[in-house]
Amino acid sequence: MENFSIAQLLYLIATALFILGIKKLSKVKTARKGNALAALGMLLAVVVTLVAPGAGIELDWTLVVLGLAIGGGVGALMAKKIEMTGMPEMVALLNGFGGLASTFVALSEFWGRYAGGDMASAASSQSEGLLLGGAVWAVAIVLSILVGTVTFTGSLVAMGKLSGKISGNPVLLPGRHVLVAGLLIGALALGAFGGFSATGDTALWMILGLTACAGAFGVISVLPIGGADMPVVVSLLNSYSGVAASMAGFVIGNPLLIVAGALVGASGMILTIIMCKAMNRSLGNVLVGGFGGDAPAAGGGGAHEYTGVKSAGPEEAAMIIETASSVIFIPGYGMAVAQAQHVVKELGEELEKRGAKVRYAIHPVAGRMPGHMNVLLAEADVDYELLFELERINGDFKTTDVVVIVGANDVVNPEAIENPQSPIAGMPILNAHEAGTVLMIKRSLSPGYAGIKNPLFERDNTYMCFGDGKAFLSDMLAELKEA
Amino acid sequence: MIFLLMLFVFVLAIFAGNELISKVPPTLHTPLMSGANAISGITIVGALMCAQFDLKGVAGVLGVCAIALATINVVGGFMVTDRMLAMFGSKKK
Repeated sequence: MENFSIAQLLYLIATALFILGIKKLSKVKTARKGNALAALGMLLAVVVTLVAPGAGIELDWTLVVLGLAIGGGVGALMAKKIEMTGMPEMVALLNGFGGLASTFVALSEFWGRYAGGDMASAASSQSEGLLLGGAVWAVAIVLSILVGTVTFTGSLVAMGKLSGKISGNPVLLPGRHVLVAGLLIGALALGAFGGFSATGDTALWMILGLTACAGAFGVISVLPIGGADMPVVVSLLNSYSGVAASMAGFVIGNPLLIVAGALVGASGMILTIIMCKAMNRSLGNVLVGGFGGDAPAAGGGGAHEYTGVKSAGPEEAAMIIETASSVIFIPGYGMAVAQAQHVVKELGEELEKRGAKVRYAIHPVAGRMPGHMNVLLAEADVDYELLFELERINGDFKTTDVVVIVGANDVVNPEAIENPQSPIAGMPILNAHEAGTVLMIKRSLSPGYAGIKNPLFERDNTYMCFGDGKAFLSDMLAELKEA
Repeated sequence: MIFLLMLFVFVLAIFAGNELISKVPPTLHTPLMSGANAISGITIVGALMCAQFDLKGVAGVLGVCAIALATINVVGGFMVTDRMLAMFGSKKK
């Protein structure tokens, strides 16, 4: 008994380390230490669980060591290998694994109870017989499987869309709303029946049916959502996985899981809301799907719709920027695709050497996850103090000589503020059009994710710089250095 | 009663989470996301407890898979977050 309470005390310390860790994550200088503190909390929690798993229960060390070794090896390898541009996919995949782990925990408990026979007695001793085995246990098992499986399959589809392995366009199945509702109701019914009233093999099949329905639900509800909305989906699923961890905490009566899960749930929800606000769309609108895509939507802008577009080659662009005394770079998803962050940084440094004031403007939804651009520019060693959020820099475009837009489109579309009829009306944009000259580096005149025309392309102060972002900027830099 | 107590913990933790996380600047949102994701790997505790019963056959296999997956989530998550944050650190001049 005494052993047990010391373990609880150590869990409390782990909880405190998580909270402290997230607190330190709010400043760039202390963020790394914060992450380390949270990792320390996790290590403590694992060690305590291994040493003192609870009243009179022995661990199967073969299973534990095998699981930890496989997971640790794979996890470390993934973390070392991944490119910074692949970070959104990585987070989605890890999130999916977390969800699947919850499902397996719940399935294993359930299987043990029904196939092993004496699970109920073993289980009830674990948290002093408070919650396990009763209605709360059944509810938590069913919800863990439901949320965990939806998180897993949903995250996999999101990852596929982020990496381009699945079409980024909304995939609209006929009758999908009915299908999605049917799957959810079916999953809940199977879960309720299997968890509460059925016994033996019937219950097992019910729970497996629940798992299958939840998996299909995850796939079918993410498929109709367009590729650029994936950040919202991933952070919402992240929030789900936090809630799932909290529920697992209720099952095993462990406040550490409840607190950690709640922190993650809150973080995912906050990021989701921030992104929706930055697009001036509701969460419901994002989740219903069908918005945008890689291909032009009906009535969207093709090249033929533009008149009076001026273009500039690397040489001309270099001449324009050479005399600028203030420059703002606006990176977008295109910079990530072209891996152009390093040459952007070199160009920025060259301009600074020539006495120009160089800054970077980051739109909240630029890229494929919140803060995506910041990470890429940090990778290229750009000082984070040169990066400015929308509210902090939007007033300065008027007094800026040259704006260089690298692979961004919708986030600088003036239609959002000038045309109330536009699909993106009301979305906060970076006011690049107010600058003296706009250099728009882009492969073509094709529309962005919203699938609409961007009148910025044909403005008097805009030069379209057609080409691959990295190649164009390298050529520009070479011209500049020669001059 | 204990259930109610845990509900208290849950609700208070959500409020605390809201306060803490709304202070994180947009620059750090990607590391926040992957760090939070690593923390959600706390289900590893539940997964480890799965292996504490004398599980055989399917339940045992599920238990090992649960531990392995949760460990990938935790180890991969914290390491990749550290890799990102290390890049933010380099401030010259």
